Amino acid sequence: MMADLPSLYRQMLRIRRFEERCAELYSGERIRGFVHLYIGEEAVAVGVIDRLTPDDAIVATYREHGHALARGIAMDAVMSEMYGRTQGVSHGRGGSMHLFHAPSRFYGGNAIVAGGLPLAVGLALADRMQDRERVTACFFGEGAMAEGEFHESINLAALWRLPVLFVCENNLYAMGTALARSESETNLAVKAAAYEVPSWSCDGMDVEAMSHAAERAVALVRDSGGPVFLEARTFRFRAHSMYDPDRYREREEIERWRERDPITIASTRLIERGLMDQEALDAIDADVTSEVDAAVAAAEAGTDEDVADLERHVTSGGVRP
Amino acid sequence: MGDFRMPSLGADMTEGTLLEWLVHPGDVVHRGDIIAVVDTSKSAIDVEVFEEGRVVELLVQPGTTVPVGAPLARLDGVGVATDEGGRGPQPEATPKPKPKPKPKPEETLTPAPSPVPPAKEAARRAPAAQQHRDGSHIAASPFARRRAQELGVDLSTVVGHGGVISVADVEAAAGSGPSEAPPESVPPAQPPSAPAASDHAAAMRQAIGALMARSKREIPHYYLQTTIDMSAALDWLSGLNAERTVAERVLPAALLLKAVAVSARGMPDMNGFFVDGNFRPQDHVHVGVAVSLRGGGLIAPALHDADLASLDDLMPRMKDLVQRARSGRLRSSEMSDPTLTVTNLGEQGAELVHGVIYPPQVSLVGFGRIVERPIAVQGMLAVRPLLVATLAADHRVSDGHRGGLFLAAIDAALQSPENLQGGTS
Amino acid sequence: MTVMPDVQVLSFRDAVREGIRDAMRRDERVFLMGEDVGRYGGGFGVSLGLLEEFGEERVRDTPLSESGFVGAGIGAALGGMRPIVEIMTVNFSLLALDQILNTAATLRHMSGGQFNVPLVIRMTTGAGRQLAAQHSHSLEGFYAHIPGLRVVSPATVEDGFGMLATALEDPDPVVIFEHGSLYNEKGELPQPAAPVDIDFARVRRGGDDLTLITHGGSLRLCLTAADQLAADGISAEVIDLRTLRPLDDQTVMASVARTHRAVVVDEGWRSVGMSAEVAARVAEECFYDLDAPVGRVASVEVPIPYPRHLEQAALPSVERVVAAAERAVGRRG
Repeated sequence: MMADLPSLYRQMLRIRRFEERCAELYSGERIRGFVHLYIGEEAVAVGVIDRLTPDDAIVATYREHGHALARGIAMDAVMSEMYGRTQGVSHGRGGSMHLFHAPSRFYGGNAIVAGGLPLAVGLALADRMQDRERVTACFFGEGAMAEGEFHESINLAALWRLPVLFVCENNLYAMGTALARSESETNLAVKAAAYEVPSWSCDGMDVEAMSHAAERAVALVRDSGGPVFLEARTFRFRAHSMYDPDRYREREEIERWRERDPITIASTRLIERGLMDQEALDAIDADVTSEVDAAVAAAEAGTDEDVADLERHVTSGGVRP
Repeated sequence: MGDFRMPSLGADMTEGTLLEWLVHPGDVVHRGDIIAVVDTSKSAIDVEVFEEGRVVELLVQPGTTVPVGAPLARLDGVGVATDEGGRGPQPEATPKPKPKPKPKPEETLTPAPSPVPPAKEAARRAPAAQQHRDGSHIAASPFARRRAQELGVDLSTVVGHGGVISVADVEAAAGSGPSEAPPESVPPAQPPSAPAASDHAAAMRQAIGALMARSKREIPHYYLQTTIDMSAALDWLSGLNAERTVAERVLPAALLLKAVAVSARGMPDMNGFFVDGNFRPQDHVHVGVAVSLRGGGLIAPALHDADLASLDDLMPRMKDLVQRARSGRLRSSEMSDPTLTVTNLGEQGAELVHGVIYPPQVSLVGFGRIVERPIAVQGMLAVRPLLVATLAADHRVSDGHRGGLFLAAIDAALQSPENLQGGTS
Repeated sequence: MTVMPDVQVLSFRDAVREGIRDAMRRDERVFLMGEDVGRYGGGFGVSLGLLEEFGEERVRDTPLSESGFVGAGIGAALGGMRPIVEIMTVNFSLLALDQILNTAATLRHMSGGQFNVPLVIRMTTGAGRQLAAQHSHSLEGFYAHIPGLRVVSPATVEDGFGMLATALEDPDPVVIFEHGSLYNEKGELPQPAAPVDIDFARVRRGGDDLTLITHGGSLRLCLTAADQLAADGISAEVIDLRTLRPLDDQTVMASVARTHRAVVVDEGWRSVGMSAEVAARVAEECFYDLDAPVGRVASVEVPIPYPRHLEQAALPSVERVVAAAERAVGRRG
């Protein structure tokens, strides 16, 4: 199935504008804590999630605003979560790094690198044991591939043939550590393939390429019932987090990747193909901007949780036999 | 020049009512003199002065209720060191106390509860930490502190076993346990008096219960009894009393006390304390006299050196002791140091009593009612006044043979009552 | 006519196995996974025979990937299953601590109550079998520290059987510690065997002079110590905590308020452990009832050594419990 480029473009722009506003709000101290921006990597989440059905599950990382928005979670709720409001998608308890949404089967928001991978394996195991044909898409950075949990999880998924789509968002830096300084094998698909898992790489800056790769990968997971590994080669344009002075990357490297901005690539293609003109693109931008404005207004107007409820959501309080 | 102030007689005491002045303006008072009686809402307490000097002016009339720390009388020639902070008189060891190092802030829980906590908080609040006279911290368990507050026991008068005061020590002190505290320490355990509330009776019942339960739990009692022919004793007493006024007469109870005291002198394993797994015989014979209180309860204060006193000395002292026990005017030393106890059911009582030993004492002698009964005397039937004497004694310290000798000695003493009359001091 | 016996005598190991078997028969969603739970029959023989009855899907051998399979258990629980994950020993569980703490215990909260994790983790704990410094520790306190978990410590055959079923009903993660020395212990299982609560401590022996507070593998030695104390005229109450998180303060404090003396017995290390927590709570809640300092008998602060005499010296013993009790009641200095 052909990708719907205008739709993918719009999704990417929503993420971009949302996060640009987040950076601004962070500077203005409206948002606190760790905020990890996805700017530059939007094509990955948008391309993959476009190929999932509402029944499929998503397990993401702490850099997950884009995945949440691409999954269709209301921007109001995501922005309110950034504000810690009760109207937030996680009722304010999680913040930027812990977006969860049960109706979308959106399982976080996992801020331990590679910590979400075993979870994804388990979700797939439950589907297998209950004869449900669903896919669990698990996003993680290339840094996670140095963690034991990556190896344990992909091994389990392969061993038990579980329907997990492992999506490695290789942005080349695990915080400040370049791939070559942390992995003996920098060809990540080769590494994953050692577990007998079908693995390949794709261009994470081109949303159409991403979408096509994901289409093939998701189909293979569904057909085979087993795991697939997809490496999306991408780059974050901004620092690791709002705390990060970004001293470990050369300006030229960032500029070189900016020339391959996924939004620019998509908009250029839309105009080249005559699918949209500049006016239409501007209209989308205006539309997205007003959506962001509304989300900020909603978050500003949101309510803080009563401190009396501090100990809510820790346990159910137990059961009696 | 200084003030004699309403003392703090318990951490929960916020005010007191002056009942009676025992001095007048112009009187010279000495440290340790009892100069007033104060009602603390729990009990009437004799209040001592801790200074030397002359009473200049009485500032408060009997019947007046004033807060703790309020001046009651003005004294002169006094190095009263208690003006700071408006606190009540402190039991200082000397009239002019040497300046003590200032306690660290966290240790300044004061013996006087000058900032009075709201009543609600006071309910479950710790008793204010108390200090020894020398200012050193009293090591007492939290539960012991709580019980001390409930029972009105001054922890500085309680001796802890193993260096720490436990609740058993407090309850022993509230009952009739030992104390090494000097007699002037205040307040003693307070038996109920006129204003005593029913909660005090309940507290006393609880204390007695706890003490007796401890006794039964810890002390392996053995019991002996013997029947004593009281003919000789009663005949001798009636001869002695024939020429006397009613007030001067000696009652059988005094004779029995003396008989026990004299007999105990020769029975070290009946007269002393069992503490920390060891028996400590005592040189003095301080006979605890079990006194039942009006409105319930029991208290067993000591007649000091009863073995040395003449009957004419012992009788008024016994009457005074019983009266003060019932009116709540006992001294702490009387409360705390009997070396053995006598319980005498007297004219109204049953014929036989098997007593429970007061820890840490090791024996208790019980006397029933004197009754006329037919007995065989030298092969003939006779009617004689008989008394059943019992002994409850601690098997950790003595056995039935020794106990039998003790009862026999008492019997023998009562067969020669004239020997009990004089004193030895 | 035959009469059904109202109790069955069996070992703790058999009781746990019967608990698992019972749960798996009643609920299709329940499955067991862990290292060597299937063909081997479980590192301590608990799951022997279950593979034959339930098959490989539901008695699932895992690779040596504690974090992976515990995390998979979390995911499976989120996906509607009721996994029982067995970790061979508490020492190995540290490899999965990230999943247990950062995910299982935290997920409900950080998702604002959207996702709960109905996972049961069983693990062996404790020393006494000369297994040395990487297979012998008692880290119950680690887990009891973590909000979001329920931590239970069965000490009897009845609890070995009955706690599991209730744990599986709990919407949140439950960690069950099975003391290795209990597996061969025989005890009575009332019939019909039934689930038991995982909320309350239980008075295993009544007494008046002091309260011994313990759990799991230390219960037996406390009961033995109480027998010895009784012979010496000291009446010790013995409380089996059973659930280490949340602690049943009420049962503990009611006892201490009555006996006025407490000794906590726990096989974990003394510093910052279970015994520290219980002692602190007694001090907080029963301070004015205490007639003696709260005593503790815990493991000596050394990684458990191999030689038998050194291992025994490191662990709580009947003698140490008796001595602590005697100190509490003032019989020793």
